Order: sequence, then C-alpha cells, then structure tokens
Amino acid sequence: MLSIEQVGRRFAPGKAGATEALRDVSLRIVRGDFVALLGPSGCGKSTLLRLIAGLDQPDSGRLVWDQAPAPGEIGFVFQDSTLLPWASAAENVFLPLRLRGVARATAKNDVWAALARVGLAGFEQALPRELSGGMRMRVSIARALVTRPRVLLMDEPFAALDEFTRHRLQADLLALWLELGCTVVFVTHSIYEAAFLARRVVMMTPRPGQIGQEIRSPLWAERTRVDPAYTALVAEIGAAMDAAMVAADA
Amino acid sequence: MSIERIAPISFGILALLGWEFSVQWAEIPPYLLPGPLAVMAAFWADPAGLLGSLLSTLAVTFTALAVSALLGGVLALATSVSRLALAAIEPWAVVLQVTPIIAIAPLVIIWVNDPFISLVVCATIVAFFPIYANTVAGLAAAPAELSDLFRLYGAGPVQSLWLLRVPVALPFFLAGLRISGGLALVGAVVAEFVAGSGGFASGLAYRIMEAGYRLQIPRMFAALVLLSLAGIAINLGLGVVARVLMRRRGAARGEA
Repeated sequence: MLSIEQVGRRFAPGKAGATEALRDVSLRIVRGDFVALLGPSGCGKSTLLRLIAGLDQPDSGRLVWDQAPAPGEIGFVFQDSTLLPWASAAENVFLPLRLRGVARATAKNDVWAALARVGLAGFEQALPRELSGGMRMRVSIARALVTRPRVLLMDEPFAALDEFTRHRLQADLLALWLELGCTVVFVTHSIYEAAFLARRVVMMTPRPGQIGQEIRSPLWAERTRVDPAYTALVAEIGAAMDAAMVAADA
Repeated sequence: MSIERIAPISFGILALLGWEFSVQWAEIPPYLLPGPLAVMAAFWADPAGLLGSLLSTLAVTFTALAVSALLGGVLALATSVSRLALAAIEPWAVVLQVTPIIAIAPLVIIWVNDPFISLVVCATIVAFFPIYANTVAGLAAAPAELSDLFRLYGAGPVQSLWLLRVPVALPFFLAGLRISGGLALVGAVVAEFVAGSGGFASGLAYRIMEAGYRLQIPRMFAALVLLSLAGIAINLGLGVVARVLMRRRGAARGEA
C-alpha cells in the first residue's frame, strides 16, 4: 500500500548543529496491517509518522503510495486528544466532515455511530472538560474514524493515560481494527504496548533515526496479557531492543 | 458572608471614618482637603449636573471602546491573514501606543471640528492597542497539533480562521477589551482636559477643572469619586460580559 524508500529528514540547525531525525529509512506497509513503530524518545518515529501523514516532507528519498490518499483517507490520533475545548464531543467528531463541506444533518448518523463505536453513546453533547482523559482519547479516535480512513496513524495515543485506562483502550483499539480492517501505524515507546497490539513491530534507533530489527507477532485475534506467547514476545522485543541500543552506542 | 468578603468593605468604611475625623480634628479647611461628608454634600447639591457630566464622559468612553473593539478586531484579523498587512500595520499600531495621548490630543482637537468626535478619536487612540495586540496574540495561539489536524483534513484558510483561530482568540480579545475599557475612560478624560472649555464642555473632566478654578474642592472630589466609580464599574462589567460569553460558548452545544 505504501512504500517508504530511503527517506531522510534533517531539521534546521540548532545549538548542536543540524539534527538528523531520519536517515535512509525504508519500510513497506501492506494493506490491513497493524505496524508498531517502537523506539526510545528522539528516534524519529513521530517524524516518520508525520511524513506518512503528509504533514511534513522528506529531504531525501520518497514515499510511494499505491493510491495517493485524499484528505480524510488518513486518520491521525495525536498523543494529546487535541479536541476543540469549546465544542461538544459530537461537534469534535463532526469536524473532519465539516471541513469537507458535509452538512450537519447529513453527518449526524455517521458522527453518532463513530461515538457509539468507541463506547461513547450518550456522551454526544458532553464538552471535553467534562470527560475523563480516556474518554477524550476515545473522542479523538472517533474523530479519526468518522471519515472511514484507509490508514489510521497514531502517535503514542495512550502514553498520557493511566495503566488501567490504557489497557482498556488497547483492547478496544484491537477490536476496532479487526472490525474495520483499516491499516494502522502505531508509534509507541512501550514494548508491552507494541507486543500487545501490533502484527509487525518495527524497531527504531536514535541519532540518527534508523529502522532496526523487525519482529512479527505470532499472536492473533484473541490475545491476553497472560498468554505465554505474549510474554515471550515481550521478552524477544526487549532483548532485540537492548541489543540494538548497545550496537547504536558502540 | 465570609470575613474575606467583609474585609474590604469594613476597611473602606474605617478609612472614610478616619479621614472624616482627621479632617475635623485638625480643622483642615475644605478647600485644602474636604472630608467625605463634605464631598457627599457637594454631590447632593447638584446631582443632576454631575451625573449628566458623567453620562457625557461615558458616552465618549463607550463609543471609543466600541470603535476600538471593531478596529482592533478587524485589523488583527487582517494582520493574521496577510503578512503584508502585518508588516504594514504593526509599526503604526506601536506608534499609536507609545505616543502620549496628551501630546496628540491638542492636534486632534484642532483637526476634528466636532468636539464629540475629537474626544472619541483621542480615547480610541488610547484604547485601541490592548484589543489589537491581544487579538493578534490570540489568533496565533492555536495549538500546533490542532493546526496540523486542520491541515490534515484539507481545511482552507477561511475554515481554519473561523473554526479554529477566531474561537481560540476570543478569550484574548475579551481580556484586551477589559483593559481597554479602563483606558478608554482615561483617554476620554485626558482629551476633555486638553479640550477644556473650547471642547465639549460637559464631561466630568471639565467639571473637575471648573470646580478647581472656583475653589469648589469638595465638588472636585465628588467628580473624581464618580470617575473612579465609573472606571470600577466598567472593569467589573466587562469582566462579567467576558465570563457570560465564555460560559455561553461552553454551553452552546451543537446538534450534530
């Protein structure tokens, strides 16, 4: 679906000279996959996600889509829920459709359905400040899903939530992905999160950001955190990550 | 009523009592420092005249505030949309801000024939900047991630402006309006002072000057008290307007 070919990205020189956020990054993402980009802070994983979203352009290399995405075909979920604080949950979910010129009345069913799908039926009229952090993130996910995107890009969406909420949202996201069948690229710095969610875990190393080892998950649909296969996967990713960091430091 | 609520009132009453007693005890003549009772007596001697003057000053103040809000808002929108407009307008806004109104007022009063309009122009010059500067800051204050979101969904510049930047700027604008409310009053009074009897000859500043010339010091104080009460009322009133607007925005829940 998307082929990332030898992409590089540098940022304007700061005090420590130009920062090379990405160097020679190549990655193929196939349709319907769930890819986790896993790495420590500053390894360029968010930069890569912004490149895929088209919010930023590479300095070298290129991104080749089988079919170039139109606005609305890419859903983006930020680390913060980034809701309009003055607008209700429904208004926030309506926003992507509104920006496309869809009338409020026409959009209503889709908006309410998107909110119901993330478990927020009955909270349509609630303002963001009246919702908990986890519920705000659900609104944000509903907003990303309302345009029925082909690709869902998520930038550490659950990093700021408490452990219990995070576990629930991870399970719900997995169910949504199975139901909707869209492609998900999920940026995280949590080994557990990557192991639990992804089918492909792509590891990245910092300074400059590069793609490292890739691990395919043996887990399928029904998975639990007590599954020995999950525990083994966590250990495998952890060991690979350690080895990559040692190699990067050497 | 909590002790904190009573404290400022009690303190004010104590201070007034202290003032009255000191004036009586030291036998200070009223043309040097009138006591609060003498000031109140001066007000009651001619309430219609003083209140009429207050209304005249307030008319100038609110007209200037309305013009400032409109001009500041519109120019801030223009500068946020076009870099050219920003480059063209910004330095002149600063020039207006840093030039003392007392120095420009005589010119304005000479140039503008209508005394009411000349006073409004002076007060507007003083009141304009906080609204303009705050709104410009507010229009640029949308979080980067929300701007990214709008870009991702292909929002046009007009959509970004009305659906994101203007709503983000609203509380900034209202804060500017509150600052400008007090400044518009100050501007109106300064302009009245400069205009003197050659101007509108009906505002509170004119009453203060007139009372000063006639050594009616208690009346001068009464006019001063009215002015500061008006300033306080404008500040509180605009604070209430801001709170109500912000609460209504929070309550304005869409139908979608």
